[in-house]
Amino acid sequence: MTNHYIDLKNSDCILIMGSNAAENHPIAFKWILRAKDRGAKIIHVDPRYTRTSARCDYHVPLRSGTDIAFLGGMIKHIIDNNMIQEEYVKYYTNASQIVNPDFSFKDGLFSGYNAEKRSYKKDTWTTMKDEAGIPIRDYTLQDPHCVYQMLKKHYDRYTLDMVSSITGVSKEDLLLVYNEYGATGAKDKAGTECYALGWTHHTVGSQNIRAMSIIQLLLGNMGVCGGGINALRGEPNVQGSTDHAILYNILPGYLKMPSGPVDTLAKYIEKYTPKSTDPQSVNWYQNYPKYTVSFLKAIWGDKATAENEFGYSWLPKLDDGKHYSILHTYDAMYAGKIKGFFAYGSNVAVSSPNSTKVRRSLEKLKWMVNVNIFDNETASFWKAPGVDSNAIDTEVFLLPAAASMEKEGSQSNSGRLVQWRYKAANPPGDAWADGDITMKLMDTLRELYKKEGGAFPEQILNLKWDYRDASGKFDALKVSKQINGHYTQDVTIIDPVTGAKEENKKGETVPTFAKLMADGSTSSGNWVMAGSFDQKGLNKMAKRGKEDPTGLGLYPEWAFAWPLNRRIIYNRASCDLEGKPYNPNMKLLEWVGDKWVGDVPDGPAPPMANKEKGKMPFIMKVDGVGAIFGPGMVEGPFPEHYEPLEGPLAKNLMSGQSLNPAVTPFKSDLDKVANADSKYPFVCTTYSATEHWCSGFTRWQPWLLEMMPEAYLEIGEKLAKSLGIKNGETIKVASIRGELKCVAMVTKRLVPFQIDGKTVHEVGMPFNYGWRFPEDATDASANYLTPSIGCPNTFCPEYKAFMVNVSKA
Amino acid sequence: MKKELVKLIDLSRCTACRGCQVACKQWNELPAKRTRNLGSYQNPPDLQWNTWTLIRFQEHEKKDGKVNWLFRKDGCMHCTDAACIKVCPTGALYHTEFGSVSMHADKCIGCKACITACPFSVPKYDPETNKIAKCDLCYTRLQVNQPPACVLSCPTGALQIGAKDAMIKKAYARAAELGGDANVYGDKFVNGTHVVYVLPERADVYDHLPVDPKVPLEMIIWKDVLKPAALLTAGAVVAGCFLHYITHGPKTPDDETTCEGGNKS
Repeated sequence: MTNHYIDLKNSDCILIMGSNAAENHPIAFKWILRAKDRGAKIIHVDPRYTRTSARCDYHVPLRSGTDIAFLGGMIKHIIDNNMIQEEYVKYYTNASQIVNPDFSFKDGLFSGYNAEKRSYKKDTWTTMKDEAGIPIRDYTLQDPHCVYQMLKKHYDRYTLDMVSSITGVSKEDLLLVYNEYGATGAKDKAGTECYALGWTHHTVGSQNIRAMSIIQLLLGNMGVCGGGINALRGEPNVQGSTDHAILYNILPGYLKMPSGPVDTLAKYIEKYTPKSTDPQSVNWYQNYPKYTVSFLKAIWGDKATAENEFGYSWLPKLDDGKHYSILHTYDAMYAGKIKGFFAYGSNVAVSSPNSTKVRRSLEKLKWMVNVNIFDNETASFWKAPGVDSNAIDTEVFLLPAAASMEKEGSQSNSGRLVQWRYKAANPPGDAWADGDITMKLMDTLRELYKKEGGAFPEQILNLKWDYRDASGKFDALKVSKQINGHYTQDVTIIDPVTGAKEENKKGETVPTFAKLMADGSTSSGNWVMAGSFDQKGLNKMAKRGKEDPTGLGLYPEWAFAWPLNRRIIYNRASCDLEGKPYNPNMKLLEWVGDKWVGDVPDGPAPPMANKEKGKMPFIMKVDGVGAIFGPGMVEGPFPEHYEPLEGPLAKNLMSGQSLNPAVTPFKSDLDKVANADSKYPFVCTTYSATEHWCSGFTRWQPWLLEMMPEAYLEIGEKLAKSLGIKNGETIKVASIRGELKCVAMVTKRLVPFQIDGKTVHEVGMPFNYGWRFPEDATDASANYLTPSIGCPNTFCPEYKAFMVNVSKA
Repeated sequence: MKKELVKLIDLSRCTACRGCQVACKQWNELPAKRTRNLGSYQNPPDLQWNTWTLIRFQEHEKKDGKVNWLFRKDGCMHCTDAACIKVCPTGALYHTEFGSVSMHADKCIGCKACITACPFSVPKYDPETNKIAKCDLCYTRLQVNQPPACVLSCPTGALQIGAKDAMIKKAYARAAELGGDANVYGDKFVNGTHVVYVLPERADVYDHLPVDPKVPLEMIIWKDVLKPAALLTAGAVVAGCFLHYITHGPKTPDDETTCEGGNKS
């Protein structure tokens, strides 16, 4: 979240799109209801009418996988009706910048496309700079090549008729949402967007969010109370796992994972440290070298020295252009290229797409370790129904783990709020905390390396590895301090202006990432978390102050929010060029005298009107402004509608490109596709129910199982009637990849769409179920149906839109 | 009466997360049973001896043809004129000082009279223990000034508990705020219930919710007319016996049964 949960109450219009907030974030939903109490409009755009829809002012059904068409239409509507927050768009976004004249877009493809590699060369996706290297701007937004005019041209094709025909949303409903949400372009109004897996689980997942980011920038909704782009994370600490590099392509704190050709620290720093000559741009990432070196110092400790590039060469490197997502991992595993596999705290046989491929892949392993609080379909894949156990050689280890309440540590919520949590009970039996399992594993590996040697010994043996407490157990506090960072030597800083001397002692925790250095004098395992302790070692994550001085729900003394306890990021954009809040009723920040008052500001620099010292508000962007033109994405700087891998249409109504051109489908015999195939005529989507947790370890909890006892398919009344299916009867659901039997839940809540003049039905089912438990359960995992394909930026799988057939069992 | 309480259920805030349904089972140590999906989120399908509160899911078609998914937390209404108490022959069911209806399980003889009597079909029979079971508004929690488990678990503020007058006032204010068909349900019949709803729709729209719940006439005749009359008769007999004693001296063993007629009725 750019904002935070409590801040939802400050919004004037909440668009819940790509999320089933009430069902999947039931506690947080109270803040949405608080906004409603204040008179905010709550809009739910979703294929299904859910428990969320029931509490919204409007539910607008749209066909799965057509969000960009819907949002593109909104961009056009906002521009055509001049609903933008004009000052904000001119000065706080790149709308005024001039796009490279060689940049083009034609029939669904941007300039630089390589059809064979299914990827883009981005050299024309740039904006123009003057001789001093400063972006050329046209603040009238009239230059035909300025970002604003290019944006207008790009979305000119997203007419109401076209959008309605693609999405199945009536023109009346489109206008209703566009006008309600567009009204938040007023300076004193704020609109926010809540998304979740409903947006990320698509081959265009990242661009769904980009499209909304453009809308938020046009309406001046970023950095303000009640605004922002808010990802509702699906489990209590998924934000933490992202911050600490759960994905293969990042290091902790969103530093880049190096690739093979970037073989020296100097090259790495050169490649990833952005440069700006614009005096009004903070360009915060110019500090990239400091965060990199401090990270290396945290990993290798005293072994990291200037002479050995702080151990940079010991970091694993990605092969250039290769990907290592779970989708790629199963593909390699299925091809027999992977020997061993840790399914740590996961149940991939149920949760990963294309379950048949996943389970067949596990059969090719020599060994697999599953760490979990219950047995599950992954640990027991070798004895699943219909599987010949004798034909499987995989050796499986199931390690019992402590549940979340049985261990101490930090937990980061969606709003970047990192809260310390204490252990409530000891784990039962032989169950261990994950930290203890990891320590034991690494200790054993290190012993083996010492005795026998092995490949890449430096990485293993040079690792700083002193995270045990006095009793020999994993010490979460020690790890947290290491993540925060320390002074690795005595450091004296003399203020160049006042001459004041600041003494910092070796071993003291670093109080802010502003103190991190690139010379090895500081360490920090994750720079965004620097400041979670003060210099005396006080754990700010454990703070529980309940004061709310602004009255806006910031609660600055409650725990710690990264970065630097800033509760709303880009908050300087809530004020005009003089530093006065756009909305005087919600003074998130205000420039008073010579300082900002309110939330922790995005840097102390004065507002932009101060030509000498003033800074632009989007400090993490090299040019200091929000990106309407976003060349960072792999499939284009403007989001474009592409169809899902599988959909009801033989041709994309927008262009000659059906599938996202930057996506490369897998080619194995189990990666079958049935697009616009009459054998699989119904759109299907998958999701999680309130009562269960993801792949379903909650099935072991009798009260939860009692409420949601078995797999079901939600099917609209009209479709059920035409198929002769009665409510509650057992039915068969099949995609080209797999099939299953489950209960039919016939409902009024799913209605057919009119797509390109034809009636298209959508059905949906939860993915929480599997055969392992309860004892009488059938093998009805929804992911038997889903394809192994994902967004090319993140490789988040396309769980939300694919094609199936439904029939009586 | 110590402090009459009302639990307010504002259905306009309910997201049917069913935290209340689970919290009730946890606090009251009610076991789960293996259920099947019968084509609805509602599960178990009805209140039962081990399910004292239940979210009912109902797909209601509005006048404009659009669907409206209604959620209603069902459970004991804790009536002032409680038919179950009136009909209970052993005094197992009783009013607490909070106005709620609680039960001495040891006194329940499993006669099921309360099941027949309750206008809301709340008490449920457990054949294994031969007793009925129902919500007691977490009486043991109220006694130590704690809210019922369901109220504590509710994330959205759909459930609240407080002084009767204040809650009813709040309910009317909320119904007025919601407008349309929103209305308050519970304060106008059976002399007022200690569970009050804010219903976003008219009461007749909701399944299993009586529009005009009444204590059955025969219960009124039994409890309020016949039983007092019978007790009066019994009292008269006792007084007669006493007078007889005073005037005629101690009874002889032959007269053993003469004083007990009233109590046996």
